[in-house]
Amino acid sequence: MSTAAPARPATPPSPQSKPSAGRRVGGFLLRSWRRLTAMRTAIILLFLLALAAVPGSLLPQRSLSQTNVNGYFADHPDLAPVLDDLYLFDVFSSPWFAAIYLLLFISLIGCVLPRAAEHFRSLRTPPPAAPRNLLRLPDSGRLESPLEPAAALDAIEEELRVRRFRVVRRDGVRGPEVSAEKGYLKETGNLLFHLSLLALLLGLAGGKMWGYEGSILVTEGQGFCNSFQQYDTYSQGPLVDSGDLSSMCVDLDQFRAEYEENLTASSFTADIRYGDPQGEERKTTIGVNEPLRIDGDRVYVTGHGFSPTFSVELPDGTAFTDVSAPFLPTDQRTLASEGALKLPDLGAGQDDQLALEGFFAPTGLMQGGVLTSVDPRPLAPQVAVIAYRGYLGLDSGLPQSVYSLDQSQIERGRLTEVGAANLSVGESLELPDGTRVTFSGYKEFAALQYSHDPGQLWVLAASIALLGGLLGLLLLRRERVFARAEPLPGRGGTVLTLASLTRGGGESGSRFTALSDELQGALTEAASRTAPSDPEVSPRD
Amino acid sequence: MTDSSLAELSNTLFSVSVALYSLALVAFCAELAFGRRRERAQESVGAAAGGGGGVALADRPAAPEVPAETARGNRWGLVALGVTVLGALTHAGVLLTRGLAADRLPWGNMYEFATAVVLVAVVAFVAFAVRSPGLRHIGVFMMAPVILSLVAIGLGLYTEAAPVVAALRSYWLAIHVTAAILGFGIFMVSGIASVLYLVRSRPGAESGTGFVSRLPSAAALDRLAHRTAVFGFPIWTFAVIAGAIWAEAAWGRFWGWDPKETWSFVAWVVYAAYLHARTTAGWRGRPAAWVNVVGLAVMIFNLTFVNMVSTGLHSYAGLD
Ligand code: HEM
Repeated sequence: MSTAAPARPATPPSPQSKPSAGRRVGGFLLRSWRRLTAMRTAIILLFLLALAAVPGSLLPQRSLSQTNVNGYFADHPDLAPVLDDLYLFDVFSSPWFAAIYLLLFISLIGCVLPRAAEHFRSLRTPPPAAPRNLLRLPDSGRLESPLEPAAALDAIEEELRVRRFRVVRRDGVRGPEVSAEKGYLKETGNLLFHLSLLALLLGLAGGKMWGYEGSILVTEGQGFCNSFQQYDTYSQGPLVDSGDLSSMCVDLDQFRAEYEENLTASSFTADIRYGDPQGEERKTTIGVNEPLRIDGDRVYVTGHGFSPTFSVELPDGTAFTDVSAPFLPTDQRTLASEGALKLPDLGAGQDDQLALEGFFAPTGLMQGGVLTSVDPRPLAPQVAVIAYRGYLGLDSGLPQSVYSLDQSQIERGRLTEVGAANLSVGESLELPDGTRVTFSGYKEFAALQYSHDPGQLWVLAASIALLGGLLGLLLLRRERVFARAEPLPGRGGTVLTLASLTRGGGESGSRFTALSDELQGALTEAASRTAPSDPEVSPRD
Repeated sequence: MTDSSLAELSNTLFSVSVALYSLALVAFCAELAFGRRRERAQESVGAAAGGGGGVALADRPAAPEVPAETARGNRWGLVALGVTVLGALTHAGVLLTRGLAADRLPWGNMYEFATAVVLVAVVAFVAFAVRSPGLRHIGVFMMAPVILSLVAIGLGLYTEAAPVVAALRSYWLAIHVTAAILGFGIFMVSGIASVLYLVRSRPGAESGTGFVSRLPSAAALDRLAHRTAVFGFPIWTFAVIAGAIWAEAAWGRFWGWDPKETWSFVAWVVYAAYLHARTTAGWRGRPAAWVNVVGLAVMIFNLTFVNMVSTGLHSYAGLD
């Protein structure tokens, strides 16, 4: 290719000096590495990460609500699949998000580790020699003293040590000099901050890899054990082996919701029993803001609702007493809820199953013939149910929601409506074949979540270290002070050139003035100590 | 449960604060009008030479920036500051009476949160203006957004005093939300300072004669923006961390990219970038100031749009 190309004047001449392919690749890699680990790249990557998070907050996310994503698909049938191909409904688990995250991680390693090594070395090496021309530094000035150069520097050195500087004395070409430094902690804070950021990213990633989470609705008197089969929904990190789940079962004894006068919910608490199925069982109460924490696992109450109970009596006398199913709240303020109770095993075969679908109101009110709920507390529970008879399609192979009936069976006519009624507690609906359905009451259910995130404590520790490092980095000051003593030509005495370099901490000028005043004071004092009889102590200017 | 006469008093104090701030605004205007035009100052912002490493070891202090001013301008300035302090007191009273009325910390909804943020901004501004009187000259530009924000908050976010929902009944409300309010209020001062810096450091602004030329020097504004951001950033960092700790207890995970979390993270990144930009060659001066302004925009977006439009777990959000 390059041989066929016409000679381009811009290309560097002399093919002899061309480095070998290996070196070129090496050079390219080195350059790329340098570029990747430049601070600016890290900041750009960080920016990109923030930018990448934005669609995740504007579009519905599967991780937050599958329902909203489905809604978006229904509303935008053309656009949604395209967005989906770009992982825009799973932004935070998308490959491109991971790519930015990974690059940032590498970039941080590349820039922080060498700095850490350098800082470690500088902690063990004395402050650097004074620059040649001290007066060129931003803060500098001269002091004079009648003392000899060596004695004057002694006084300066002593005063700087008192001020907790690390001081070295050198003999430079232009006379004895002092280099002093303090504020190493600022750089330590800087490194701690950036390293903690790394640790935090690691902890987050680890938690995602080895963590899992399952949610389940549990009606009072029932329970669950920690296994993926039991959960209504769950998510697991790619490295989780379902055999490794901690063995733990939780039973819900009682759920309580309390409300203020204006019906603001004031507390939700669940009395539970929990423990290893082989071990002993313990009791506790969990609630909003107060999860159960056991060995790295946590159990939360994330919601609640009602499970109306029904008793069904068949004409042949068979009775199903107090069967119930959770009805999902459709309105959090009044807990108006919808759901379905499926009774596949009436004993009369697959095509003679029974189901109740309907609406539950904890405090029901009939308005224009329609049942509504006006209060989240179960003051006057009522249900509006429709009874269906026929084939529920539970074993059709297609998954169906436990909270609603399979509409396709109704459309196909395999499931038909056989009665409907609004019922208060104790009231019954009699179906044409004599089956009696009684609304016998309600239980409360709690939405429980079981979480395992092994990275959590690690992330907490990293965040605290990050904050500590940040405070050190931002609040401390790093300061170098140099002083050089030269004999004052003529009558003896010394002229001291003083300079300082500061990183961080605002106005350095006024601090330098204060420092030089105090050093001058120290010189004067030293002079009066060594030569109390000398009449010519006052510094000239 | 809620004491209606206290709630009533809180609303009255809100109007009184807006009125006092408006008076202060007028007095700050008078200060600018009567203060003599300041001498042109030597400025080095934006022109600082950048080394290859990008981190300058020293910040050369600019010459003192106190503008030469007339006694009359100075008197107006002091009056303005005094009235602002009075306004801040009644403003604090708004929150105090709210808290007493509802018998809880007075930051349980957007109205209270935003009101508290503005109070923090006013207090931060007063603190800086007392320490360096030259900064008083930005009073007009501080008070104007303050008044506008309060009016918008009063009209758009007002909610009756009421108890908060169960999820907010936690001492983490005090910790997390207080930190967020402090951080936000301080960032507000920082953002305004950066906007003024951008105006002040426009080419030609130095030779102008209008209000712009009476602002503190570009260097002083840049320094104010940076110092406030340095102050606000750890507080905001803490607010985000505390939020994550609370989320772990309340929602079952410490970080779930809920919209509010996402935008808090975005804001954090933008402020980190601002702090970096100020020490990075090629980014000092105006580009860095723009980053700071973007930071404030993100904070405001997070308060308004994210709370009102997107639905997240933050029960804080919403106006009902
Ligand atoms: C290649 C990666 C990075 C390098 C080489 C780097 C380097 C530095 C340096 C040298 C400072 C100190 C500036 C000074 O002392 O004046 C600093 C400060 C800081 N860094 Fe980084 N950094 C990197 C990545 C990050 C990232 C990813 C963040 C994320 C938030 C971050 C946040 C900060 C903050 C907030 C400061 C304080 C700024 C200030 O001193 O005002 N850095 N960084």
